[in-house]
Amino acid sequence: MIELNHVSKYFGEKQVLFDINTVFEEGKVNLIIGRSGSGKTVMMKCLVGLYTPEEGQVLYQGRDFHHMDDASQRKLRAEMGMVFQGSALFDSMNIEQNVMFPLDMFTEMSMEEKLERVNFCLQRVDLPNVNKLFPAELSGGMKKRAAIARAMACGPKFLFCDEPNSGLDPKTSLLIDELITEITHEYNMTTVINTHDLNSVITIGETISFIYQGRLEWRGSSDSVLTSDNAALNDFIYAQPLTQRIRKHI
Amino acid sequence: MIQRLLTIVGEYFIFLRKVFSRPEKWSVFFKKLLFEMDAMGIGSMLIVSIVSIAMGSVITMQTAMQIESSWIPTWTVGFVSRTSIVMELCPTIISLLLVGNLGSRITAEIGSMRVTEQIDALEVMGINPASYMVLPKVIASLIVNPVLIIFSICFALIGGYVTIVLIGNITPYDFMDGLTYCFRVYDVVYAVTKTFVFAFVMSTVASFYGYRIDGGALELGKASTQGIVVSSFIILVLNVLITQIML
Ligand SMILES: Nc1ncnc2c1ncn2[C@@H]1O[C@H](COP(=O)(O)OP(=O)(O)OP(=O)(O)O)[C@@H](O)[C@H]1O
Ligand SMILES: [Mg+2]
Repeated sequence: MIELNHVSKYFGEKQVLFDINTVFEEGKVNLIIGRSGSGKTVMMKCLVGLYTPEEGQVLYQGRDFHHMDDASQRKLRAEMGMVFQGSALFDSMNIEQNVMFPLDMFTEMSMEEKLERVNFCLQRVDLPNVNKLFPAELSGGMKKRAAIARAMACGPKFLFCDEPNSGLDPKTSLLIDELITEITHEYNMTTVINTHDLNSVITIGETISFIYQGRLEWRGSSDSVLTSDNAALNDFIYAQPLTQRIRKHI
Repeated sequence: MIQRLLTIVGEYFIFLRKVFSRPEKWSVFFKKLLFEMDAMGIGSMLIVSIVSIAMGSVITMQTAMQIESSWIPTWTVGFVSRTSIVMELCPTIISLLLVGNLGSRITAEIGSMRVTEQIDALEVMGINPASYMVLPKVIASLIVNPVLIIFSICFALIGGYVTIVLIGNITPYDFMDGLTYCFRVYDVVYAVTKTFVFAFVMSTVASFYGYRIDGGALELGKASTQGIVVSSFIILVLNVLITQIML
């Protein structure tokens, strides 16, 4: 479980996050939704420690991440996996080496064991036969899946995905959503996903935090997201003709 | 202006402290070190040898023509050429050449990893990206650059010798005499020491400029140029200082 307590983040004079309080639960897919520029990526980077919030705390199972000693922080980080908005695969390594990288760094496995694990992860994300290819040789969706494979290689307890299905076709993005949900439940991970994809919101969001202009505007589940009476949230959800049409039937 | 300069210098030293921390895993470090040494050393060998031969040839030609006089002993040509090649030309000029060649490569590589969030990815995994990425490059250049300079000295001297054989206003025999006249090991130690310091400046400054990029790919080219200008400048200033101290 990850808790945010009164988290505020500034860039110089500019405040980007305003006093955020929310909880991301274990064994569930937790979504952060909001419009472009609302602060989702900044919030996720505060969660994983790439940014340090000026005010407030990020608690991992009750322990303040930004104020623990280096050793505990490193240990906690070994339990995190993150998929970046742009995949962030290491382009000097092939896919096999990319996925093997966390295993190389954090485990004492033998080469066979590592290979077995790598192939298992690649199989899991439905990417067989790409082991020797380099990231530049993959399509956007394949890169995303390879990044997910790398993030899950060490069996993380916390998985963070920044817009895992932006720029993908509906079918592939559904596959990725399903994949993330499956592994979350299978390994009882705490998964946090940034998204503005409404399909994901409705199908995989077990808890949903809606960020509006840097503030937590609404919190709930996928069941209540379509029927809430929050004006800003409705504005976000029913922005497109398709969803407006759906609304008439609810 | 001065405040900005001081901030950058401060950032640089904080960066150095991050770079020189214990690697996560020694086996991975040595693998990367070997890879970098290979890429840097083999990659620069050709350009270094061409420039050195040309430089040795020109400096010998100049020296031979300037001191063409009956009352200066003929071995002076070899002696003067050797001294300038060993003590200044090779360590300084070749180091500057390597700044343009290796330094810009380092900035581009680390900078593009920054821009595409690969450095952030390392950090999230709990790996110190500065140490993981930069330390092997710094150590590799500390080993490779002095070796390249030794080669470069040899090539330059060979270039000079061949030139004398070709233009022939003194005998190759006299030239050899001058080359070996009063040879001091200290001169080579001096050259290698300088190269060592310059290699450190080159690799750390180039990495620093790549590492601190904030923004998109446009910044990459700018950082690369800045890295080259700044490290060349520091190298030239240090050259004056080291020459003062060591001679
Ligand atoms: N490094 C930074 N320095 C200054 N301002 C920043 C920085 N990073 C983000 N911001 C600002 O913070 C706000 C939130 O940005 P963020 O990247 O979190 O948006 P987002 O919700 O992830 O949008 P998107 O869906 O487009 O990815 C933006 O107004 C942006 O200008
Ligand atoms: Mg974003």
